[in-house]
Amino acid sequence: MTNTLHRYGNAESFRDDYVVFAMASKGKNDDDCVPKLKRFLEMALPFHPVNLGDAIHGGSVRPSENMNPAAHWTRELKRDFRAVIDGLTEYTTAAAVFDNLSAAEEFVKAVKQADLGLCINISTSIDGAQQCCCAASQNRHSVGYSLGFQGKTEKLPNTQVLMLATMCGHGMISASFAKKMIDWVKEGRRTPEQAALYMANFCSCGVYNPSRAKRILEEAQHTQK
Amino acid sequence: MKINSDKCVACGNCTYVCPMGAIYVDQSLNRAVVDQDECVECYTCFNGMSKEHLNPTVVRTLRALFKMMRLRFDPEPDVCPTSALEPQELVWPRVVRRAFSDPRVPHESTGVSGRGTEEVKTNDITGRVQPGEVGFTIEFGRPGVGVRFHEIQRMTQALAKAGIGFEAKNPITSLLSDPASGTIREDVLNEKILSAIVEVKVPIARMEEIIRMVREVEKQVDTVIAIGVGARCDDEGQEQEVFSALQRLGYQPERAKTNLGLGRITNIKALQEHA
Repeated sequence: MTNTLHRYGNAESFRDDYVVFAMASKGKNDDDCVPKLKRFLEMALPFHPVNLGDAIHGGSVRPSENMNPAAHWTRELKRDFRAVIDGLTEYTTAAAVFDNLSAAEEFVKAVKQADLGLCINISTSIDGAQQCCCAASQNRHSVGYSLGFQGKTEKLPNTQVLMLATMCGHGMISASFAKKMIDWVKEGRRTPEQAALYMANFCSCGVYNPSRAKRILEEAQHTQK
Repeated sequence: MKINSDKCVACGNCTYVCPMGAIYVDQSLNRAVVDQDECVECYTCFNGMSKEHLNPTVVRTLRALFKMMRLRFDPEPDVCPTSALEPQELVWPRVVRRAFSDPRVPHESTGVSGRGTEEVKTNDITGRVQPGEVGFTIEFGRPGVGVRFHEIQRMTQALAKAGIGFEAKNPITSLLSDPASGTIREDVLNEKILSAIVEVKVPIARMEEIIRMVREVEKQVDTVIAIGVGARCDDEGQEQEVFSALQRLGYQPERAKTNLGLGRITNIKALQEHA
Protein backbone atom coordinates (compact mmCIF):
# COMPACT_ATOMS: atom_id res chain seq x y z
CA MET A 1 0.00 0.00 0.00
CA THR A 2 1.65 3.15 -1.15
CA ASN A 3 -0.78 4.92 1.11
CA THR A 4 1.08 3.65 4.17
CA LEU A 5 4.53 4.08 2.64
CA HIS A 6 4.83 7.84 2.87
CA ARG A 7 3.80 8.37 6.49
CA TYR A 8 5.70 11.34 7.75
CA GLY A 9 8.24 10.85 10.52
CA ASN A 10 11.60 9.32 11.31
CA ALA A 11 12.20 5.69 12.21
CA GLU A 12 11.82 6.47 15.91
CA SER A 13 8.34 7.89 15.31
CA PHE A 14 7.29 4.54 13.80
CA ARG A 15 8.04 2.63 16.99
CA ASP A 16 4.30 2.29 17.55
CA ASP A 17 3.28 1.84 13.93
CA TYR A 18 3.18 -1.54 12.19
CA VAL A 19 0.78 -2.04 9.29
CA VAL A 20 0.57 -5.63 8.08
CA PHE A 21 -1.56 -6.07 5.00
CA ALA A 22 -2.70 -8.85 2.72
CA MET A 23 -3.64 -8.56 -0.90
CA ALA A 24 -4.12 -10.73 -3.94
CA SER A 25 -2.95 -10.02 -7.45
CA LYS A 26 -5.66 -10.01 -10.09
CA GLY A 27 -5.49 -13.21 -12.11
CA LYS A 28 -2.77 -14.75 -9.96
CA ASN A 29 -4.08 -15.49 -6.48
CA ASP A 30 -7.41 -13.70 -6.25
CA ASP A 31 -9.63 -16.77 -6.71
CA ASP A 32 -11.44 -17.44 -3.47
CA CYS A 33 -9.50 -14.68 -1.74
CA VAL A 34 -12.41 -13.36 0.40
CA PRO A 35 -12.36 -16.18 3.01
CA LYS A 36 -8.56 -15.92 3.14
CA LEU A 37 -8.68 -12.18 3.72
CA LYS A 38 -11.32 -12.66 6.42
CA ARG A 39 -9.12 -15.27 8.06
CA PHE A 40 -6.17 -12.89 7.92
CA LEU A 41 -8.18 -10.28 9.82
CA GLU A 42 -9.57 -12.85 12.23
CA MET A 43 -6.05 -14.05 13.00
CA ALA A 44 -5.04 -10.52 14.02
CA LEU A 45 -7.55 -10.28 16.87
CA PRO A 46 -5.60 -12.24 19.53
CA PHE A 47 -2.68 -9.84 19.03
CA HIS A 48 -4.76 -6.77 19.92
CA PRO A 49 -4.61 -4.65 16.79
CA VAL A 50 -5.32 -0.93 17.10
CA ASN A 51 -7.16 -0.94 13.78
CA LEU A 52 -8.38 -3.34 11.11
CA GLY A 53 -9.69 -2.45 7.72
CA ASP A 54 -10.47 -3.31 4.17
CA ALA A 55 -9.74 -0.94 1.33
CA ILE A 56 -13.34 -0.69 0.15
CA HIS A 57 -15.45 -0.58 3.30
CA GLY A 58 -13.12 1.19 5.69
CA GLY A 59 -11.69 0.66 9.14
CA SER A 60 -12.95 -0.18 12.60
CA VAL A 61 -14.25 3.35 13.26
CA ARG A 62 -16.92 4.38 10.78
CA PRO A 63 -19.29 7.29 10.44
CA SER A 64 -22.97 6.86 11.17
CA GLU A 65 -25.62 7.28 8.48
CA ASN A 66 -28.23 8.14 11.12
CA MET A 67 -26.58 9.75 14.08
CA ASN A 68 -28.81 10.45 17.06
CA PRO A 69 -28.64 14.18 17.99
CA ALA A 70 -28.18 13.15 21.64
CA ALA A 71 -24.82 11.75 20.56
CA HIS A 72 -23.32 15.22 20.93
CA TRP A 73 -23.46 14.65 24.69
CA THR A 74 -23.26 10.88 24.97
CA ARG A 75 -21.23 9.71 22.00
CA GLU A 76 -18.56 7.12 22.56
CA LEU A 77 -16.51 6.39 19.49
CA LYS A 78 -15.62 2.71 19.50
CA ARG A 79 -13.62 0.43 17.29
CA ASP A 80 -15.73 -2.39 15.86
CA PHE A 81 -13.40 -5.09 14.55
CA ARG A 82 -16.22 -7.57 13.98
CA ALA A 83 -17.92 -5.17 11.56
CA VAL A 84 -14.74 -5.02 9.50
CA ILE A 85 -14.40 -8.79 9.28
CA ASP A 86 -18.07 -9.43 8.56
CA GLY A 87 -18.22 -6.57 6.06
CA LEU A 88 -15.40 -7.86 3.87
CA THR A 89 -17.33 -9.38 1.00
CA GLU A 90 -15.28 -8.79 -2.13
CA TYR A 91 -11.75 -8.61 -3.56
CA THR A 92 -9.84 -5.94 -1.66
CA THR A 93 -6.79 -5.32 0.51
CA ALA A 94 -7.05 -6.19 4.21
CA ALA A 95 -4.91 -4.52 6.85
CA ALA A 96 -4.14 -5.02 10.53
CA VAL A 97 -2.43 -2.23 12.45
CA PHE A 98 -0.40 -2.78 15.63
CA ASP A 99 1.21 -0.34 18.02
CA ASN A 100 4.02 -2.53 19.28
CA LEU A 101 6.75 -4.64 17.76
CA SER A 102 6.08 -7.85 19.66
CA ALA A 103 2.43 -7.98 18.55
CA ALA A 104 3.48 -7.40 14.95
CA GLU A 105 6.14 -10.09 15.19
CA GLU A 106 3.74 -12.64 16.64
CA PHE A 107 1.12 -11.85 14.03
CA VAL A 108 3.59 -12.22 11.18
CA LYS A 109 4.64 -15.58 12.59
CA ALA A 110 1.01 -16.70 12.70
CA VAL A 111 0.34 -15.49 9.15
CA LYS A 112 3.36 -17.36 7.85
CA GLN A 113 2.22 -20.52 9.57
CA ALA A 114 -1.30 -20.17 8.12
CA ASP A 115 0.15 -20.19 4.57
CA LEU A 116 -2.78 -18.32 3.05
CA GLY A 117 -1.09 -17.85 -0.33
CA LEU A 118 -1.88 -14.12 -0.23
CA CYS A 119 0.81 -11.48 -0.70
CA ILE A 120 1.75 -10.19 2.75
CA ASN A 121 3.51 -6.88 3.32
CA ILE A 122 4.62 -4.88 6.34
CA SER A 123 4.77 -1.12 6.29
CA THR A 124 6.84 0.41 9.07
CA SER A 125 10.45 1.48 9.65
CA ILE A 126 12.97 -0.52 7.66
CA ASP A 127 14.42 -1.99 10.85
CA GLY A 128 11.01 -2.74 12.31
CA ALA A 129 10.05 -4.79 9.26
CA GLN A 130 13.35 -6.65 9.34
CA GLN A 131 12.78 -7.55 12.97
CA CYS A 132 9.34 -8.93 12.14
CA CYS A 133 10.84 -10.99 9.32
CA CYS A 134 13.61 -12.23 11.59
CA ALA A 135 11.12 -13.26 14.28
CA ALA A 136 9.20 -15.27 11.69
CA SER A 137 12.40 -16.69 10.11
CA GLN A 138 11.25 -15.25 6.81
CA ASN A 139 13.58 -13.59 4.32
CA ARG A 140 12.29 -10.41 2.74
CA HIS A 141 11.32 -10.78 -0.91
CA SER A 142 11.12 -7.15 -2.00
CA VAL A 143 11.27 -3.77 -0.42
CA GLY A 144 9.79 -0.41 -1.39
CA TYR A 145 11.58 2.56 0.13
CA SER A 146 9.95 5.91 0.80
CA LEU A 147 12.07 8.88 -0.19
CA GLY A 148 9.72 11.33 1.51
CA PHE A 149 8.24 14.49 0.03
CA GLN A 150 9.91 16.85 -2.40
CA GLY A 151 8.86 19.58 -4.80
CA LYS A 152 6.72 22.43 -3.43
CA THR A 153 7.07 21.32 0.17
CA GLU A 154 6.30 24.84 1.34
CA LYS A 155 2.68 23.91 0.61
CA LEU A 156 2.78 21.26 3.34
CA PRO A 157 1.57 21.89 6.90
CA ASN A 158 3.74 21.73 10.03
CA THR A 159 5.33 18.51 11.28
CA GLN A 160 2.66 17.43 13.77
CA VAL A 161 -0.19 18.08 11.36
CA LEU A 162 1.71 16.24 8.64
CA MET A 163 2.33 13.24 10.89
CA LEU A 164 -1.40 12.98 11.59
CA ALA A 165 -2.67 13.71 8.09
CA THR A 166 -0.31 11.28 6.33
CA MET A 167 -1.60 8.38 8.38
CA CYS A 168 -4.20 8.20 5.67
CA GLY A 169 -1.95 8.19 2.66
CA HIS A 170 -4.93 8.46 0.38
CA GLY A 171 -5.24 11.98 1.73
CA MET A 172 -8.67 11.55 3.32
CA ILE A 173 -7.60 13.15 6.61
CA SER A 174 -7.30 16.81 5.79
CA ALA A 175 -4.56 18.98 7.25
CA SER A 176 -7.21 21.49 8.38
CA PHE A 177 -9.06 18.84 10.34
CA ALA A 178 -5.85 17.49 11.90
CA LYS A 179 -4.93 21.05 12.90
CA LYS A 180 -8.42 21.57 14.34
CA MET A 181 -8.07 18.40 16.42
CA ILE A 182 -4.69 19.55 17.76
CA ASP A 183 -6.25 22.89 18.69
CA TRP A 184 -9.22 21.24 20.39
CA VAL A 185 -6.92 19.03 22.44
CA LYS A 186 -4.84 22.05 23.45
CA GLU A 187 -8.00 23.90 24.45
CA GLY A 188 -9.19 20.92 26.49
CA ARG A 189 -12.32 20.55 24.37
CA ARG A 190 -11.56 16.90 23.59
CA THR A 191 -9.10 14.31 24.89
CA PRO A 192 -6.28 13.10 22.63
CA GLU A 193 -8.02 9.74 22.37
CA GLN A 194 -11.32 11.29 21.28
CA ALA A 195 -9.58 13.51 18.74
CA ALA A 196 -7.63 10.54 17.39
CA LEU A 197 -10.84 8.58 16.83
CA TYR A 198 -12.61 11.45 15.05
CA MET A 199 -9.85 11.35 12.45
CA ALA A 200 -10.17 7.56 12.15
CA ASN A 201 -13.62 8.06 10.63
CA PHE A 202 -12.09 9.52 7.51
CA CYS A 203 -9.54 6.81 6.74
CA SER A 204 -11.21 4.79 4.03
CA CYS A 205 -9.18 1.59 4.34
CA GLY A 206 -8.49 1.20 8.04
CA VAL A 207 -4.71 1.67 8.02
CA TYR A 208 -4.89 4.79 10.20
CA ASN A 209 -3.21 4.20 13.55
CA PRO A 210 -5.30 5.74 16.40
CA SER A 211 -2.69 4.78 18.98
CA ARG A 212 0.11 6.68 17.22
CA ALA A 213 -2.28 9.59 16.59
CA LYS A 214 -3.09 9.75 20.30
CA ARG A 215 0.61 9.92 21.13
CA ILE A 216 1.21 12.67 18.57
CA LEU A 217 -1.76 14.64 19.94
CA GLU A 218 -0.45 14.24 23.49
CA GLU A 219 2.93 15.53 22.37
CA ALA A 220 1.30 18.43 20.52
CA GLN A 221 -0.70 19.31 23.62
CA HIS A 222 2.50 20.29 25.38
CA THR A 223 4.20 22.19 22.57
CA GLN A 224 3.94 25.93 21.99
CA LYS A 225 3.37 26.00 18.23
CA MET B 1 -19.96 17.11 -4.75
CA LYS B 2 -22.42 19.81 -4.03
CA ILE B 3 -24.10 21.19 -0.93
CA ASN B 4 -27.85 21.52 -0.87
CA SER B 5 -28.40 25.15 0.11
CA ASP B 6 -31.93 24.38 1.34
CA LYS B 7 -30.43 22.05 3.93
CA CYS B 8 -27.08 23.65 4.80
CA VAL B 9 -26.96 25.50 8.12
CA ALA B 10 -23.43 26.87 7.64
CA CYS B 11 -22.04 25.06 10.67
CA GLY B 12 -18.69 24.93 8.86
CA ASN B 13 -17.77 21.35 9.81
CA CYS B 14 -17.32 20.31 6.20
CA THR B 15 -14.91 23.17 5.49
CA TYR B 16 -12.34 21.54 7.80
CA VAL B 17 -12.64 17.98 6.53
CA CYS B 18 -12.15 18.81 2.85
CA PRO B 19 -8.58 17.69 1.98
CA MET B 20 -8.39 20.28 -0.81
CA GLY B 21 -9.86 23.20 1.13
CA ALA B 22 -12.47 23.45 -1.61
CA ILE B 23 -15.42 24.06 0.71
CA TYR B 24 -16.04 27.48 2.22
CA VAL B 25 -18.88 29.34 3.88
CA ASP B 26 -20.14 32.02 1.54
CA GLN B 27 -20.89 34.92 3.88
CA SER B 28 -23.38 36.51 1.51
CA LEU B 29 -25.43 33.31 1.30
CA ASN B 30 -24.68 32.08 4.80
CA ARG B 31 -24.27 28.62 3.31
CA ALA B 32 -21.32 26.33 2.68
CA VAL B 33 -20.35 26.16 -0.99
CA VAL B 34 -18.06 23.84 -2.98
CA ASP B 35 -15.51 25.41 -5.32
CA GLN B 36 -16.13 23.07 -8.26
CA ASP B 37 -12.79 23.78 -9.90
CA GLU B 38 -10.85 22.84 -6.76
CA CYS B 39 -13.07 19.91 -5.70
CA VAL B 40 -11.41 16.61 -6.67
CA GLU B 41 -14.53 14.48 -6.00
CA CYS B 42 -12.76 12.49 -3.30
CA TYR B 43 -16.05 12.12 -1.40
CA THR B 44 -14.22 12.60 1.91
CA CYS B 45 -16.94 14.93 3.17
CA PHE B 46 -19.78 12.65 2.08
CA ASN B 47 -18.20 9.34 3.14
CA GLY B 48 -16.39 10.49 6.27
CA MET B 49 -18.93 12.63 8.09
CA SER B 50 -21.76 11.21 10.13
CA LYS B 51 -25.24 12.36 9.16
CA GLU B 52 -27.96 13.61 11.48
CA HIS B 53 -30.91 14.48 9.22
CA LEU B 54 -32.05 17.37 11.46
CA ASN B 55 -34.62 19.89 10.30
CA PRO B 56 -32.63 22.83 8.83
CA THR B 57 -35.15 25.47 9.93
CA VAL B 58 -35.03 24.30 13.53
CA VAL B 59 -31.22 24.21 13.50
CA ARG B 60 -30.96 27.69 11.96
CA THR B 61 -33.41 29.09 14.51
CA LEU B 62 -31.52 27.57 17.42
CA ARG B 63 -28.21 28.80 16.02
CA ALA B 64 -29.65 32.32 15.66
CA LEU B 65 -30.91 32.25 19.26
CA PHE B 66 -27.54 31.09 20.53
CA LYS B 67 -25.85 33.79 18.49
CA MET B 68 -28.06 36.49 20.02
CA MET B 69 -27.00 35.32 23.46
CA ARG B 70 -23.37 35.05 22.33
CA LEU B 71 -23.44 31.35 23.12
CA ARG B 72 -21.95 28.71 20.93
CA PHE B 73 -22.90 25.05 20.79
CA ASP B 74 -19.91 22.68 20.86
CA PRO B 75 -20.99 20.07 18.31
CA GLU B 76 -19.22 16.92 17.23
CA PRO B 77 -16.73 18.00 14.55
CA ASP B 78 -17.32 15.14 12.14
CA VAL B 79 -21.05 15.56 11.57
CA CYS B 80 -23.19 17.14 8.90
CA PRO B 81 -26.27 17.97 11.00
CA THR B 82 -28.69 18.23 8.11
CA SER B 83 -27.20 15.79 5.55
CA ALA B 84 -26.66 18.62 3.11
CA LEU B 85 -23.81 17.01 1.16
CA GLU B 86 -25.04 15.55 -2.09
CA PRO B 87 -22.99 13.71 -4.72
CA GLN B 88 -23.69 14.80 -8.26
CA GLU B 89 -23.68 12.70 -11.38
CA LEU B 90 -20.22 12.87 -12.86
CA VAL B 91 -19.68 12.83 -16.57
CA TRP B 92 -16.50 12.62 -18.62
CA PRO B 93 -13.95 14.11 -18.07
CA ARG B 94 -14.88 15.12 -14.53
CA VAL B 95 -15.41 11.48 -13.63
CA VAL B 96 -11.64 10.91 -13.66
CA ARG B 97 -11.41 13.20 -10.63
CA ARG B 98 -13.27 10.66 -8.54
CA ALA B 99 -11.43 7.68 -10.04
CA PHE B 100 -8.11 9.18 -8.96
CA SER B 101 -9.25 10.73 -5.68
CA ASP B 102 -11.78 8.45 -3.98
CA PRO B 103 -9.83 5.36 -2.91
CA ARG B 104 -13.00 3.32 -2.51
CA VAL B 105 -13.57 3.34 -6.23
CA PRO B 106 -11.46 0.70 -7.98
CA HIS B 107 -9.72 1.96 -11.10
CA GLU B 108 -11.40 0.52 -14.18
CA SER B 109 -8.04 0.06 -15.88
CA THR B 110 -6.52 -2.13 -13.15
CA GLY B 111 -9.42 -3.26 -10.96
CA VAL B 112 -7.39 -2.13 -7.96
CA SER B 113 -8.80 0.33 -5.43
CA GLY B 114 -6.75 3.04 -3.69
CA ARG B 115 -4.30 4.56 -6.14
CA GLY B 116 -4.79 1.60 -8.42
CA THR B 117 -1.34 0.02 -8.41
CA GLU B 118 0.16 -3.20 -7.05
CA GLU B 119 3.85 -2.14 -7.30
CA VAL B 120 6.12 -4.47 -5.27
CA LYS B 121 3.25 -5.40 -2.99
CA THR B 122 2.58 -8.45 -5.14
CA ASN B 123 6.09 -8.76 -6.53
CA ASP B 124 6.47 -12.22 -5.01
CA ILE B 125 4.03 -13.61 -7.57
CA THR B 126 4.07 -11.07 -10.39
CA GLY B 127 7.85 -10.63 -10.66
CA ARG B 128 7.18 -7.04 -11.67
CA VAL B 129 10.58 -5.90 -10.35
CA GLN B 130 13.37 -8.38 -10.99
CA PRO B 131 16.88 -8.57 -9.48
CA GLY B 132 18.97 -5.79 -10.97
CA GLU B 133 15.94 -3.56 -11.49
CA VAL B 134 14.28 -0.76 -9.55
CA GLY B 135 10.60 0.04 -9.69
CA PHE B 136 9.66 3.69 -9.26
CA THR B 137 6.35 5.02 -8.01
CA ILE B 138 6.39 8.76 -8.58
CA GLU B 139 3.35 10.17 -6.87
CA PHE B 140 2.09 13.69 -7.47
CA GLY B 141 -0.24 15.74 -5.30
CA ARG B 142 -0.29 14.29 -1.86
CA PRO B 143 -0.61 15.06 0.90
CA GLY B 144 -3.30 17.67 0.60
CA VAL B 145 -2.02 19.66 -2.36
CA GLY B 146 -3.56 17.97 -5.40
CA VAL B 147 -2.37 18.00 -8.99
CA ARG B 148 -3.65 18.52 -12.50
CA PHE B 149 -2.89 16.07 -15.29
CA HIS B 150 -0.96 18.64 -17.32
CA GLU B 151 1.57 18.72 -14.46
CA ILE B 152 1.85 14.93 -14.42
CA GLN B 153 2.34 15.05 -18.19
CA ARG B 154 5.62 16.89 -17.67
CA MET B 155 6.90 13.78 -15.93
CA THR B 156 5.50 11.27 -18.40
CA GLN B 157 6.93 13.23 -21.33
CA ALA B 158 10.36 13.48 -19.69
CA LEU B 159 10.38 9.75 -19.04
CA ALA B 160 9.20 8.93 -22.54
CA LYS B 161 11.86 11.18 -24.04
CA ALA B 162 14.46 9.14 -22.17
CA GLY B 163 13.02 5.98 -23.72
CA ILE B 164 11.52 4.66 -20.51
CA GLY B 165 8.37 2.58 -20.78
CA PHE B 166 5.43 2.80 -18.43
CA GLU B 167 3.99 0.05 -16.25
CA ALA B 168 1.03 -1.35 -18.16
CA LYS B 169 -1.14 -2.03 -15.10
CA ASN B 170 -1.30 1.54 -13.90
CA PRO B 171 -4.15 4.07 -14.14
CA ILE B 172 -1.97 6.89 -15.48
CA THR B 173 -0.65 4.63 -18.23
CA SER B 174 -4.25 3.97 -19.27
CA LEU B 175 -4.73 7.72 -19.84
CA LEU B 176 -1.74 8.08 -22.17
CA SER B 177 -2.97 8.86 -25.67
CA ASP B 178 0.56 8.32 -26.96
CA PRO B 179 2.79 6.28 -24.64
CA ALA B 180 5.79 6.79 -26.92
CA SER B 181 5.76 10.52 -26.23
CA GLY B 182 4.23 10.37 -22.76
CA THR B 183 1.24 12.44 -23.89
CA ILE B 184 -1.86 12.29 -21.73
CA ARG B 185 -5.22 12.57 -23.47
CA GLU B 186 -6.06 16.20 -23.95
CA ASP B 187 -9.58 16.22 -22.53
CA VAL B 188 -8.39 15.42 -19.00
CA LEU B 189 -5.33 17.66 -18.83
CA ASN B 190 -6.95 20.36 -16.71
CA GLU B 191 -8.76 18.01 -14.37
CA LYS B 192 -7.61 18.27 -10.78
CA ILE B 193 -7.14 15.13 -8.70
CA LEU B 194 -5.97 14.33 -5.20
CA SER B 195 -2.99 12.30 -6.35
CA ALA B 196 -1.73 9.90 -8.99
CA ILE B 197 1.21 7.59 -9.41
CA VAL B 198 3.46 7.33 -12.46
CA GLU B 199 5.08 3.93 -12.42
CA VAL B 200 8.18 2.80 -14.29
CA LYS B 201 11.01 0.37 -13.84
CA VAL B 202 14.61 0.63 -14.98
CA PRO B 203 17.92 -1.18 -14.48
CA ILE B 204 19.64 -0.11 -11.25
CA ALA B 205 22.24 1.68 -13.34
CA ARG B 206 19.57 4.16 -14.48
CA MET B 207 18.17 4.88 -11.02
CA GLU B 208 20.09 8.11 -10.55
CA GLU B 209 18.96 9.33 -13.98
CA ILE B 210 15.30 8.95 -12.96
CA ILE B 211 15.79 10.72 -9.66
CA ARG B 212 17.54 13.64 -11.36
CA MET B 213 14.70 13.74 -13.88
CA VAL B 214 12.15 14.03 -11.05
CA ARG B 215 14.21 16.82 -9.50
CA GLU B 216 14.04 18.72 -12.79
CA VAL B 217 10.32 18.19 -13.22
CA GLU B 218 9.53 19.23 -9.64
CA LYS B 219 10.83 22.72 -10.47
CA GLN B 220 8.18 23.00 -13.19
CA VAL B 221 5.11 21.88 -11.25
CA ASP B 222 3.13 23.50 -8.47
CA THR B 223 2.72 20.47 -6.24
CA VAL B 224 4.53 17.95 -4.06
CA ILE B 225 6.02 14.66 -5.17
CA ALA B 226 6.60 11.46 -3.19
CA ILE B 227 8.96 8.88 -4.65
CA GLY B 228 8.84 5.19 -3.79
CA VAL B 229 11.68 2.95 -4.90
CA GLY B 230 11.08 -0.80 -5.09
CA ALA B 231 13.81 -3.39 -5.25
CA ARG B 232 14.24 -7.16 -5.00
CA CYS B 233 16.07 -8.60 -2.02
CA ASP B 234 18.64 -11.36 -2.44
CA ASP B 235 18.18 -14.96 -1.34
CA GLU B 236 19.19 -13.98 2.18
CA GLY B 237 16.53 -11.28 2.29
CA GLN B 238 19.10 -8.50 2.07
CA GLU B 239 19.01 -5.41 -0.13
CA GLN B 240 21.95 -3.06 0.05
CA GLU B 241 22.69 -1.98 -3.51
CA VAL B 242 19.69 0.30 -4.02
CA PHE B 243 19.69 1.51 -0.42
CA SER B 244 23.36 2.57 -0.67
CA ALA B 245 22.77 4.24 -4.01
CA LEU B 246 19.91 6.24 -2.51
CA GLN B 247 22.16 7.35 0.34
CA ARG B 248 24.74 8.53 -2.18
CA LEU B 249 22.00 10.60 -3.79
CA GLY B 250 21.29 12.29 -0.48
CA TYR B 251 18.33 10.25 0.74
CA GLN B 252 18.12 8.52 4.10
CA PRO B 253 15.13 6.18 3.80
CA GLU B 254 13.46 5.57 7.14
CA ARG B 255 10.27 3.83 6.14
CA ALA B 256 9.58 1.02 3.71
CA LYS B 257 6.99 -1.50 2.80
CA THR B 258 8.36 -4.98 2.85
CA ASN B 259 6.98 -7.84 0.81
CA LEU B 260 7.47 -11.02 2.84
CA GLY B 261 7.39 -13.37 -0.13
CA LEU B 262 4.53 -15.46 1.23
CA GLY B 263 2.33 -15.15 -1.87
CA ARG B 264 1.61 -18.14 -4.09
CA ILE B 265 -0.06 -18.40 -7.46
CA THR B 266 -3.30 -20.20 -6.69
CA ASN B 267 -5.64 -19.40 -9.59
CA ILE B 268 -6.06 -22.54 -11.67
CA LYS B 269 -5.70 -20.71 -14.99
CA ALA B 270 -2.57 -18.89 -13.82
CA LEU B 271 -1.14 -22.16 -12.49
CA GLN B 272 -1.69 -23.82 -15.87
CA GLU B 273 0.01 -20.94 -17.67
CA HIS B 274 2.83 -21.03 -15.13
CA ALA B 275 3.31 -24.76 -15.70
